[in-house]
Amino acid sequence: MAAPDSGPDSGFAPDPLIATDIAAYLERQQAKKLLRVITCGSVDDGKSTLIGRLLYDSKQIFDDQLSALEADSKKVGTQGQAIDFALLVDGLAAEREQGITIDVAYRFFATDRAKFIIADCPGHEQYTRNMITGASTADAAIVLIDARKGVLTQTRRHSYLARLIGIRHIVLAVNKMDLIGFDKAAFDAIVAEYRAFAAEIGLTDVTAVPISGLGGDNITTLSANTPWYAGPTLLGWLEDVEIISDADQSRPFRLPVQWVNRPHLDFRGFAGTISSGVVGVGDKIRVLPSGRTSSIARIIANGGDQPSAVAGEAVTVTLADEIDCSRGNVIAAAGDPPQVADQFEATIVWMADEPLLPGRSYLLKLGTQTIAATVQPPKYQINVNTLDQLAAKTLELNAIGVAELTTAAPIVFEPYEDSRDLGGFILIDRVTNATVAAGMINFALRRSQNIHLQAVDVGREAHARLKHQKPAVLWLTGLSGAGKSTIANLVEKQLHRMNRHTFLLDGDNVRHGLNKDLGFTDTDRIENIRRVGEVARLMTDAGLIVITAFISPFRAERAMVRAMMAPGEFVEIHVDTPLAEAEARDVKGLYAKARAGQLQNFTGIDSPYEAPEAPEIHIDTTRLSAEEAALLIVDRLIG
Amino acid sequence: MNRRLSHLERLEAEAIHILRETVAEAARPVMLYSIGKDSAVMLHLARKAFYPAPPPFPLMHIDTTWKFRAMYALREKAARDAGMDLLVWQNPDARAEGINPFDHGSAVHTDAWKTVGLKQALDHYGFDAAFGGARRDEEKSRAKERVFSFRAAGHRWDPKAQRPELWRLYNTRTSPGESMRVFPISNWTELDIWQYIHQENIEIVDLYLAAPRPVVEHGGMLIMVDDDRFPLNGRVPEMKSVRFRTLGCYPLSGAVESSATTLPQVIQEMLLTTTSERQGRAIDHDQAASMEKKKQEGYF
Repeated sequence: MAAPDSGPDSGFAPDPLIATDIAAYLERQQAKKLLRVITCGSVDDGKSTLIGRLLYDSKQIFDDQLSALEADSKKVGTQGQAIDFALLVDGLAAEREQGITIDVAYRFFATDRAKFIIADCPGHEQYTRNMITGASTADAAIVLIDARKGVLTQTRRHSYLARLIGIRHIVLAVNKMDLIGFDKAAFDAIVAEYRAFAAEIGLTDVTAVPISGLGGDNITTLSANTPWYAGPTLLGWLEDVEIISDADQSRPFRLPVQWVNRPHLDFRGFAGTISSGVVGVGDKIRVLPSGRTSSIARIIANGGDQPSAVAGEAVTVTLADEIDCSRGNVIAAAGDPPQVADQFEATIVWMADEPLLPGRSYLLKLGTQTIAATVQPPKYQINVNTLDQLAAKTLELNAIGVAELTTAAPIVFEPYEDSRDLGGFILIDRVTNATVAAGMINFALRRSQNIHLQAVDVGREAHARLKHQKPAVLWLTGLSGAGKSTIANLVEKQLHRMNRHTFLLDGDNVRHGLNKDLGFTDTDRIENIRRVGEVARLMTDAGLIVITAFISPFRAERAMVRAMMAPGEFVEIHVDTPLAEAEARDVKGLYAKARAGQLQNFTGIDSPYEAPEAPEIHIDTTRLSAEEAALLIVDRLIG
Repeated sequence: MNRRLSHLERLEAEAIHILRETVAEAARPVMLYSIGKDSAVMLHLARKAFYPAPPPFPLMHIDTTWKFRAMYALREKAARDAGMDLLVWQNPDARAEGINPFDHGSAVHTDAWKTVGLKQALDHYGFDAAFGGARRDEEKSRAKERVFSFRAAGHRWDPKAQRPELWRLYNTRTSPGESMRVFPISNWTELDIWQYIHQENIEIVDLYLAAPRPVVEHGGMLIMVDDDRFPLNGRVPEMKSVRFRTLGCYPLSGAVESSATTLPQVIQEMLLTTTSERQGRAIDHDQAASMEKKKQEGYF
């Protein structure tokens, strides 16, 4: 290790064992761990200098590079005659000419205990995209602060992004301590301010180190300049950080199948990288999404059989039974499988110049599954500087938002909080093949039909058969006061007379019970409809004809409910009354209140109504009475 | 059953994951095989990734006709041992024009045989994904190279068209005419390569180990006289104990004087040495940022 007074000329002295006993040295090196780190901060914070310093101190800079560096430092450096470490991490020629860096660069260095991969993502404009990319594989983050400036907006932004992508371990490197005379009080104040902010966003493991990248203080060895500091050095902290995939070993077993290995008829192996857990020969497993069970017959890695394997290993397994399993499937612990669903809420980072087009079909790749997916208009966008939630219709380059998305078929997933491999996805433009977004699944909106649970013996067909009817959802949508409830009530009476088993879900009634916790914001309206959709689906499973009367103003939610039902089961009925007409009727006196400003978010007044574009049934209430409308609907259903 | 993976296990798993992902998604993958130590590691990883099946793609050597004789010998054996087809491509135009490093210089020679030759071969066979052994630690401009490096029609590398790579998720999609260069050992360093070769006992060309070899000083480097095409012009090769840190065309590969006759001794010398690996390669000395220019033109 370096001498205590880490001046610019010090660095790691080669381990004496290399010269005396190389075999023993190599033996020891095999057990080294691999840690991926991201550095957050700008050139102004001394980030490039710090990285250059780490490379230099761990002897990754050779003499020929060093002499080139010395020459460059004198020519274009900013440190006078001294070495400008920042020049070491300078990249592409085009960038060098323009004086900008636009991408993520990966640097490597090693100590005797660990090998490090540093994702260095400079650039201000593209920062979000680059940092999210670099941080997606990182175990830990170095958040760099200029001691003279303290916690800045960008510090908060970087920390938030790190937290968003799931980094739990942060080292706060308070840099340029030499320029404030290694002042303990100033350091303590910065750390206190940062910790308060970090706690707000859920970052609890924060270690602060006072450093000087230029002078090398507290980088590899504790500095004589900070006798008041007793914590770890920056490198010492990095060497001890917990690696994510090691932590993943204590979670349930999951193996996303990449490739089926079938060299001859007697061997059928499933190859992939274990994303979490441990697995042993004989373990009971379940294949998702089919739900079939079997047990592990063989585990093959390193050109032979082994009794067990852990998260992070690339293996091939064979199963005791001949069951269907292919690329995109997930082999999981039988007793604790992941979920299967086709509708999600996700946090999305937009990475393309062309903004998100809600409703457009993108390709979603998650684990080894690739499938068509559509994104709904964002619920909100997040201002990464203030963490405020903003209304948004789309997401532009570098924007982060929360939105619901639907996949064309159910996929196997876990919330991103639990699994990067089964919770993180990318969106691909189907025409240009560009990667346009990265996303993290927060939760599923609906688990698909209990695919990995016990099948129920009395199914929906059986329920319906007993009632001698075909289940359906008659979904009445329209402005407040259009006559939805009146028509719905007449429809149910008539069906009842015809011995049909029905149930009427009315907007006002549901809001008194199931949905009494919801208001009238866009988000609450969506949740209102989602819940009603779920209830309606359960009722169709029970064989009922469901009649609903909800304003349900947004196309996206009506489309969502339609997608929940079996094909042909969802009948969208537009109860079409011009706004002026509905307002003139004003049965409940609500329009008057809304006009008087006493009611917020009232559909048609200060909240939009998106009329159906192609409803199954269109009712023009200016031409049909409620009775005529009900007859029309019943005729269309039964006839 | 929990246990911590070592850094080599982790790098190995990552490379195998990338190899499998490519095979699962590409229509016609191929592994470029240069017979060097990085290629040896790549081939070893491919055999592990698809075991017990042989790797489901061919090896392809873009030959310049100027490799060391020992390399040609190992090339045939390695492909045979792995149970893989070996394709050898020699640029017919370069052959017709007799392009060689002595008369045409390293830049013209490399461009004609390797850069142009590679494009010809990929077009000829219609490969849409080509595995290469490039590493990010080799050169500054490579630090930003993607694992899946997207090449537009004409094999052009456009820095702006590269795709962000998150988690273990790789977007491998291409349209007709487009292709991917895939670098499974991007995150390995030279030391990792040597340690892995040592740990796995991988067969490499013995030119990496020191032995008495006939060398002359040429263009500031020690060049081994491997056959009688070398224009000695009256010079007499000297027998010196040398080894090579990188292998390419023999007239362009600089030898270092060494007494390291075993792999641990090579690693020992490397750890105690003070010059970087690429210094032994003539091509880099041509101009600053030369690798990047070469890459934009389609060189690996």
